[in-house]
Amino acid sequence: MTVAERGGVATARNRRKGSPSDKRLDSRQGRQQGSSTTTGPLNWLVVPALVIFLVFAVLPLAGVLLLSFTNWDGIGSITFAGVANWLRAFGDPTMYHALWLTFLIMALTWIIQTPISLLLGTFTAGTQKYRALLAVLYFLPLLLSSAAIAIAYKALLDPNFGLAAGLHMPFLAQDWLGQPQLALGVVIFVVSWQFIPFHTLIYQGGVRQIPKSLYEAASIDGAGRVQQFFFITVPQLKYTIITSSTLMVVGAVTYFDMIFVITGGGPGNATRNLALDMYLTGFKANQMGQASVTAVILVVLGLSIALWLQRLGGKDKNGSQLEGM
Amino acid sequence: MTTTLPATAAPTRETPRPASRAGARLRRLNLPAGAAGWIWLAIIIIPIYYILITSFKSQAGYFSQNPLALPSEPTLDNYKMVLANDFGRYFLNSVIVTLGATVPAVAFSFMAAFAIVRGNNRFLKSANTLFLMGLAIPLQATIIPIYLMIIKLHLYDSLLALVLPSIAFAIPLTVLILSNFIRDVPNELFESMRLDGCSEWQTMWRLALPLTKPAIVTVSIYNGLGVWNGFLLPLILTQSPELRVLPLALWSFQGQYSVNIPAVLASVVLTTLPILVLYIIGRRQLVSGLTAGFSK
Repeated sequence: MTVAERGGVATARNRRKGSPSDKRLDSRQGRQQGSSTTTGPLNWLVVPALVIFLVFAVLPLAGVLLLSFTNWDGIGSITFAGVANWLRAFGDPTMYHALWLTFLIMALTWIIQTPISLLLGTFTAGTQKYRALLAVLYFLPLLLSSAAIAIAYKALLDPNFGLAAGLHMPFLAQDWLGQPQLALGVVIFVVSWQFIPFHTLIYQGGVRQIPKSLYEAASIDGAGRVQQFFFITVPQLKYTIITSSTLMVVGAVTYFDMIFVITGGGPGNATRNLALDMYLTGFKANQMGQASVTAVILVVLGLSIALWLQRLGGKDKNGSQLEGM
Repeated sequence: MTTTLPATAAPTRETPRPASRAGARLRRLNLPAGAAGWIWLAIIIIPIYYILITSFKSQAGYFSQNPLALPSEPTLDNYKMVLANDFGRYFLNSVIVTLGATVPAVAFSFMAAFAIVRGNNRFLKSANTLFLMGLAIPLQATIIPIYLMIIKLHLYDSLLALVLPSIAFAIPLTVLILSNFIRDVPNELFESMRLDGCSEWQTMWRLALPLTKPAIVTVSIYNGLGVWNGFLLPLILTQSPELRVLPLALWSFQGQYSVNIPAVLASVVLTTLPILVLYIIGRRQLVSGLTAGFSK
């Protein structure tokens, strides 16, 4: 069989050199050998996806690195600038502040979202009817766009006509979007409100795949609910936690839409993270070269965090998940 | 027939036992979890409830009533005003961009995924590696070169400008998910297609496509939602009011009518309505589409 297969591949290769597409010959040979061969037409099937991906994703990625060494105001001609933009970026406090904010938002949204989505995922994975009903409602924020959520929260946070007045809770009547600390808090809360439903879905799927026998064995051994959660659910969800955390953290590097609509980066620079810094530098201050430096930092940051998280979980991928079965 | 009956009856006779065990588990009600569940529901629902009821209030009602009270004189004026502000056109733009990006993205990715699974030469393997690495490219970071390219291609301020990058950035994940599904198709089926003398092209349409239909629905919804809600590309690549897609229209509408909160919230409800309808008629598909490839 392997010999026949190898022969098949070899003939396919030779054939491609000679006459590229002769379907009849192709199928006749296949019938004789009964093995899978590579054929020329298959290569063509990948071309449309490949071309558009290369032109509109890979090329821009290379382009942003090149542009970071140029000056361009977005309209006029592009001139070479050497490493000037990079030097300026490393001496620019706004840039460091944006970098710090990106990490801060990343860390805080992760700390808030992970335990809540983990618990909600476990909760909604239960078979009780009311939980299924609650789950339907929990996922409603997923239907709204980031722009819609930001606009809704702007109205909701109004001290006089929003939630504070509705609930008769005067301490909620703050100038939420006018105070730097509060605005940052709002951003973190709204990000969590928007994305916890998504991660709840991921955890719900993960919990449903845990074998029931593990819980039965644990309850025979006298483990309570809390113990079962910490000693079965959480360890079994190791890879789900890594997937969800990767999405959260890498997503946090590029948060833009919601923050742009709700605060525009303000007040001052209080919510100007890297993505907003890139936009404001490039498209508002018309310094595309400088903004490209920020963009390159965004790419490197996102990539290295994603790789680091994958390595955290990647070591014994096959072993531990089936432990104790 | 009679011999199979006991076999099918046995499990049904056994089912009461696990059910009663579940009943016993239910009797020990998990009160803290239940309470937390209802609190979370309040956090989710109150903002949505606020959006809904406010969108039916008159401006006078908005200023005088308790914000969480039902409108005393419900009105559709806000919705009429939003619709009079060209939302029909923006809706149409969104539909065009979403379909124009999702259909080619899924079609091209499906063809690529089929080739990657069926073929095994170096070209296809390196294409697959390239797509996998492409998963890590953030759209935001490439927006400046995309802007430059779109200008050079004379596509600035057109709907096509939104479609092309959207297709490109949908491809990596779509190829990954679809190729995982095509790999699950038993090899014997491919073999029998070959023995019947079908070309790879025919095998793709007659065998792989029907068998991967659920995955195609899932990735289409996932990509469609991403494009429908996309904000950055329209913000940067279009300019004319008549080319606005819904998220961008929402944003400029709230800038324009920031004093008329009920109307702004009505526009939020209107733009969400199509997806809400989708959620009601096809919740399962939508939910699986949302987590495409992540919850496995």
